[in-house]
Amino acid sequence: MHETAVAESILNTIIAQAETADAKPVSAVISCGQFNALNDECMQFAFEAAAAGTVCESMLLNIKHVPLRAKCKKCDATFEFDVYKPACSQCDSMEFDFKRDAPLLLETIEFEE
Amino acid sequence: MKISLNQKILSRNEECAKKNRIFFDEHGVFCLNVISSPGSGKTTTISRTIKDLGDKIRIGVVEGDIKTDTDAQKIRDAGGEAVQIETHGACHLSAEQVYNALKALDAEKMDVVIIENVGNLVCPSAFDLGESKRVILLSVPEGDDKPIKYPGTFAEADVVLINKIDLKDYIDFNLERVLADIRVVNPDAAIFQVSATTGEGMDQWYDWLINKNGAAQSAR
Ligand SMILES: Nc1nc2c(ncn2[C@@H]2O[C@H](COP(=O)(O)OP(=O)(O)O)[C@@H](O)[C@H]2O)c(=O)[nH]1
Ligand SMILES: [Mg+2]
Ligand SMILES: [Zn+2]
Repeated sequence: MHETAVAESILNTIIAQAETADAKPVSAVISCGQFNALNDECMQFAFEAAAAGTVCESMLLNIKHVPLRAKCKKCDATFEFDVYKPACSQCDSMEFDFKRDAPLLLETIEFEE
Repeated sequence: MKISLNQKILSRNEECAKKNRIFFDEHGVFCLNVISSPGSGKTTTISRTIKDLGDKIRIGVVEGDIKTDTDAQKIRDAGGEAVQIETHGACHLSAEQVYNALKALDAEKMDVVIIENVGNLVCPSAFDLGESKRVILLSVPEGDDKPIKYPGTFAEADVVLINKIDLKDYIDFNLERVLADIRVVNPDAAIFQVSATTGEGMDQWYDWLINKNGAAQSAR
């Protein structure tokens, strides 16, 4: 469950930012791609556990899943890659190139006014 | 108040992976990060590689496991040098753990360092260890649906070893499907069909290893 490591990594950053801003964090947005996908439930659980007893306790975590685009080599169509149906959405070909998968990012942190 | 960071998560691991990569470059060490489910044959493959190539190249091994040093002991029995990292429950190795292990291994004296990651096909692939190349092992008894179920893991591979190929006639395993599914997410990986117990197909893997290692040496 690498969600634990992800949670700790986010938490460290948010705590440092909270100190700098001298404010209590209320929510944060993270995003991931398809190949490095996070399991939402595991992620929420891991974050809750890591945040307990810190300034981040009871913070809201929003997880965005960024689609992975692929381009078909047969028909040139660009489509959203679906891990469970790995074929071109137009012609069903299984030959295509991937665009870049989105990295794991901590996008924004929101603090109490 | 809202602040935009757009900062990479796990950046601390990436910083340390960079440090490892510099270490490998400076000392001319070729490093492999071997990832698979538990029981796919990582330890067996590494042991056999050491037995067969040990007199040509000096191979050091970093063993990652949740607990116990039985795998490191097996490597030593095969004539190799090994350092064990116990992760105490963590499902992957981190670059920092590897950095410390490299010191204990005297890794600068090695031609090749092989890292056996914790048995898990998903989590370790999120953690760059600073390796030169990544090797994914998939064994025949695990079934032919693994590449399509874990595309992220296979997308990052430089080499895929399909191990326990000696069992393919006894198990419902569609090799064509596996090869096609790997190609969908990864057109460039070298794929070798091997048996770490019978030795079948291992020569191709050795050729790759010696050539890549040689390339790493002469690039210096
Ligand atoms: N039949 C067969 N068994 C193998 C092969 N490679 C490994 N094994 C067996 O699979 C089991 C697990 O191997 P091990 O190397 O410990 O896997 P690890 O958990 O990935 O390190 C052991 O009982 C090995 O003897 C192979 O190529 N063919
Ligand atoms: Mg092992
Ligand atoms: Zn198409």
